Amino acid sequence: MATLHTRSAARLMIAPSVLLLLAWMIVPLAMTIYFSLLRYNLLMPGMEEFAGLSNYIYFLTDPAFFQAIFNTLAIVLGVLFITVIGGIALALLLDQPMFGQGIVRILVIAPFLIMPTVAALVWKNMFMNPVSGLFAWLAKLVGLQPFDFLANAPLFSIILIVAWQWLPFATLILLTALQSLDEEQKEAAQMDGAGAWSRFFYLVLPHVSRAITVVILIQTIFLLSVFAEILVTTNGGPGTQSTNLTFLVYAQALLQFDVGGASAGGIIAVILANIVAFFLMRMIGKTLEG
Amino acid sequence: MARNVSTRRKLVVTVVAWTIGILIFFPILWTFLTSFKTEAQAIASPPAFLFFDWTTENYFEVQSRSNYFKHFMNSVVVSFGSTLLGLIIAIPAAWAMAFAPTKRTKDVLMWMLSTKMMPPVGVLVPMYLMFRNSGLLDTRTGLVIVLTLINLPIIIWMLYTYFKEIPGEILEAARMDGASLSKEIIYVLTPMAIPGIASTLLLNIILAWNEAFWTLNLSAAKAAPLTAFIASYSSPEGLFYAKLSAASTMAIAPILILGWFSQKQLVRGLTFGAVK
Repeated sequence: MATLHTRSAARLMIAPSVLLLLAWMIVPLAMTIYFSLLRYNLLMPGMEEFAGLSNYIYFLTDPAFFQAIFNTLAIVLGVLFITVIGGIALALLLDQPMFGQGIVRILVIAPFLIMPTVAALVWKNMFMNPVSGLFAWLAKLVGLQPFDFLANAPLFSIILIVAWQWLPFATLILLTALQSLDEEQKEAAQMDGAGAWSRFFYLVLPHVSRAITVVILIQTIFLLSVFAEILVTTNGGPGTQSTNLTFLVYAQALLQFDVGGASAGGIIAVILANIVAFFLMRMIGKTLEG
Repeated sequence: MARNVSTRRKLVVTVVAWTIGILIFFPILWTFLTSFKTEAQAIASPPAFLFFDWTTENYFEVQSRSNYFKHFMNSVVVSFGSTLLGLIIAIPAAWAMAFAPTKRTKDVLMWMLSTKMMPPVGVLVPMYLMFRNSGLLDTRTGLVIVLTLINLPIIIWMLYTYFKEIPGEILEAARMDGASLSKEIIYVLTPMAIPGIASTLLLNIILAWNEAFWTLNLSAAKAAPLTAFIASYSSPEGLFYAKLSAASTMAIAPILILGWFSQKQLVRGLTFGAVK
């Protein structure tokens, strides 16, 4: 009897969370699907009409869409590449005995705690500005022409800024994983004559593989939706050169007031995220169980 | 000899690590320094690193020109409000799942996690319209609601991993000693649960403070928290580097300090307990 009582109490305790998340998942998503089938512009109220799949056709044949897909993937892969490799290197370095380890750790973690709009504006104005930025000054110092980062290489610049923000995350997680590696195991390998490289590949890397997988999964979720960094630096431009899918949908909805088109774009973003999540979950499932 | 070599090695590692650490931290340091310059010094070439006329004028200017304190309070209210509301909803759920798990508990947890994978643009349009039609657009209440919902899965997961570590036997022991349910909760469970709840609170305040999709899209002049306020510096007016730096320094300082104190919890919370 007691267990039955506990069980219904437990259900009652979980119910608010489940219901809220269910509502949050289903209600807006259903509305997005519905809007995506309408011709609906906020500038022409009362003119809504059923439009079938024309919004999807419009979106999928828009050259900006393919550019946005490419940019989305470039941001995700570019940032992952920099942060995973850089994170492993930094974690290995910070795991060594040194003076003032705690302070170095604090310095390295800091960029992750900075709000995205601040990070992006500081880089844009005080570093990448071709006239008064620090990079321009450094270039002139060694006799080079200052490079206009955000005009000539907008996507690369955004990748750099976002990678700066996420490098600490990868480092911190990999460092935590490294520190759980048994010191005796490392010593045993060393005494058996294993060199630094083989110790890294056969001992350290397998030990942190789970942490690497976690880093990739979590960063991918957030990197698919990079938004603030683009908004305050390039506004998606020049043209659509640095527009990712999130920014494209935002522009369609809140700048062009095209509710139908933006909704179709939103649904496409959801489908893409699901495809990525599916592969990631399978990958994660394998390493987490193995 | 061996000792000598390892000391030298330690010195080399120290120099390399400090150099890299300072380079990574440099943009933040530079922002801090620039916030004390005049606008002319802020764009001077060659740049002044330490030897300039330090002034606190920018901090007062930012306040008097754009009512900085209002946006700061918006950030405080929105991040603390959404975190407390989230905890109130999540604590019972995490508690029940940790202490009275059923066959479906794992599935429910995975499903909650999966709601985080939905890209926010997927629901941007209806959220914007619903907010506009119900008068929630550009209000603190509206932002609190959205941030509570997007961070709820993380709060539940984090609390769950902490509650899971409280040994069940201790409850049985208390019961054997004749403790009533209310005494059990007040004297045994609460003290053991508080560290976990505190860590969750800390991490979630950091996440909510820095959230920059919904706060940018659903707020304007009135309820804009610091994320959205700083974004207004992306216009040509943002070329006032010193003022931008002063506003930025005040926006990031509280969270930087909170974050440094909660490094360990950061890892655990952000990996949903997968890496501890």
